[in-house]
Amino acid sequence: MATKKPRLGVWKFASCDGCQLSLLDCEDELLAVAGAVDIAYFPEATRSTVSGRYDLSLVEGSIATPHDAARIHEVRRRSRTLVTIGACATAGGIQALRNFADVREYAAIVYARPDYIATLATSTAIAEHVRVDFELRGCPISKHQLVEVISAFLAGRRPVTPPHSTCVECKLKGNVCVMVAHGTPCLGPATHAGCGALCPSYNRGCYGCYGPMESPNTPALTKQLEALGVDQSTLRRVWRSFNANAPAFRRESERHGP
Amino acid sequence: MSGIGTSSARPDRSAIFPIEALGTLFDALRGRGYRLIGPTLRDGAIVYDDIASVDELPRGWSDEQSGGRYRLIRRGDDAVFGYAVGPHSWKRFLHPPRQRLWRAKRHGGEVQVTAEAVPEERLALIGIRACDLKAIAIQDRVLTGGSYLDPYYKARRERIFVVAVNCSVAGGTCFCASMQSGPKVTETFDLALTELCDDGMHAFVAEAATDEGRVVLAGLPHRPATGDEVDAAAAVVARTAASMGREMPSEGVRELLLRNLEHPRWDEVAARCLTCGNCTMVCPTCFCTTVEDASDVTGVESSRSQRWDSCFTMDFSYIHGGSVRASPQSRYRQWMTHKLATWFDQFGSSGCVGCGRCITWCPVGIDITEEVAAIRASEAH
Ligand code: SF4
Ligand code: SF4
Ligand code: SF4
Ligand code: SF4
Repeated sequence: MATKKPRLGVWKFASCDGCQLSLLDCEDELLAVAGAVDIAYFPEATRSTVSGRYDLSLVEGSIATPHDAARIHEVRRRSRTLVTIGACATAGGIQALRNFADVREYAAIVYARPDYIATLATSTAIAEHVRVDFELRGCPISKHQLVEVISAFLAGRRPVTPPHSTCVECKLKGNVCVMVAHGTPCLGPATHAGCGALCPSYNRGCYGCYGPMESPNTPALTKQLEALGVDQSTLRRVWRSFNANAPAFRRESERHGP
Repeated sequence: MSGIGTSSARPDRSAIFPIEALGTLFDALRGRGYRLIGPTLRDGAIVYDDIASVDELPRGWSDEQSGGRYRLIRRGDDAVFGYAVGPHSWKRFLHPPRQRLWRAKRHGGEVQVTAEAVPEERLALIGIRACDLKAIAIQDRVLTGGSYLDPYYKARRERIFVVAVNCSVAGGTCFCASMQSGPKVTETFDLALTELCDDGMHAFVAEAATDEGRVVLAGLPHRPATGDEVDAAAAVVARTAASMGREMPSEGVRELLLRNLEHPRWDEVAARCLTCGNCTMVCPTCFCTTVEDASDVTGVESSRSQRWDSCFTMDFSYIHGGSVRASPQSRYRQWMTHKLATWFDQFGSSGCVGCGRCITWCPVGIDITEEVAAIRASEAH
């Protein structure tokens, strides 16, 4: 073929690697991805790094160190389209819990020589540092949605990753609502769709892994959670997990304690 | 069953058959090639799903419903249809959440497009209530009434066999009596049953309204119902009508809402509304869909599907430059005024049959009857 295959770059920042592993996890699709694009940098799959420019960069992880804060600008410069994947990259991740505390205290507890640790006081989303073309939510991301984003990019169309509530997916699936029928607290009404309402499908409440939906009414949902018996400190914790630093969830958790 | 839009023939004189004959009915329907969909217990609710035998019916179970709350409860008897409507409406089967429209495949420079075939499956809907039959009649007008019809809905719809049940209990959020859509079955059906379950008696007073219904009923062990039995069946329905959990006087609702499009009540309800879309998903008449395209990584295969959408999503009103209904006020108002007002202009009836699902299954218990009442009351001052 005369046309060159698009180059795909996968970049890792502060994260657990779970989202990159989602790509490795789609064995069948991965073969097709590897055939359709030139995977130029993929630390979890190959050590070889390729310099140059990237048609599509997938960025995993948050900005939590001074080094990363500089490196993300380099990635942006090399990338035509930059897509962030996962709660770390789109909201700062679980490590953004430091944003609500003193990171030096954490470091003193965890490391023998905290003075060796070069870290920022906060963990923040990639979009707070550089322009991002598309955000794929989730902790971890759904592999089907990742394949969808890559397929859409290759076809030049908009990815189908609707930003409505998890409830819509829950109802499409035919689940019985755990909040209404069992009194189980569920963050689904305020949470971005994408997981296929995984937890409610197993009779558990949604934990909010995909972060805020398009128009989250967190105070109204909190009121319902209170009616179901959730206390203030639990409310602070349920709103403050993998997407703690996503503005809507952050504001809500701060209403229930420091 | 007779086709869409044909009015039902006058039902015959009532017959009565014992509970034991219900299994024979199921076998007969299966023998005629129907897939049986009916009520069964799942995940703490009575849902409609495939049922293999009478044993899967929710015998002895009922439900307690209020705004944002649903709980199963035991009945004191063995009634199999002694509950109110559950979380899912029948649109899940006739107008399913996802429907593929076409697939395309690239062969070199050629693209071959294949339209999705219309389904040939025949569904027997067991235990469908008056309000839900009314809702199907409404969806008939929406999806098959005009020049642009949904061939998938039409195909499924034309092949159904309806075993309707007159309600013996009204749920805590039911208001079909206000909407003139129940509890007695009046829309087209093949068989309509009323369950009699007391004084050691457990039987169904049955009416057939179509040729196929008559043939099926004739195959069951039955006898003509006595005058007392017919009266007992009528009393069941009358009792249900008198015990509705909610009411919504429908007189002038359309005009009431349309002259109050800027009412402060929309702000009040928007403060509570999660814009989650549950109300539209559970509503048996809401019909809106979006289309989603899929293509594989290699660009060889692609497809287009239709999927349930809701006027509570931002994408629903997205046009170039943004969503027209960005505020929760405007989205709640769209839902309620469409159901209760503009539906008349569009389809010649209300879009609400009073099934109460949007009240029960709203996670925060927003109540359409209460919203209407509040706006009405504000005018009284
Ligand atoms: S279980 Fe949770 S996600 Fe599902 S409909 Fe209920 S509130 Fe929404
Ligand atoms: S608007 Fe509510 S009560 Fe009326 S038909 Fe729809 S779900 Fe039922
Ligand atoms: S109320 Fe909303 S979702 Fe339902 S039919 Fe009307 S516009 Fe569609
Ligand atoms: S009225 Fe209730 S079910 Fe409907 S969108 Fe608002 S919160 Fe969700």
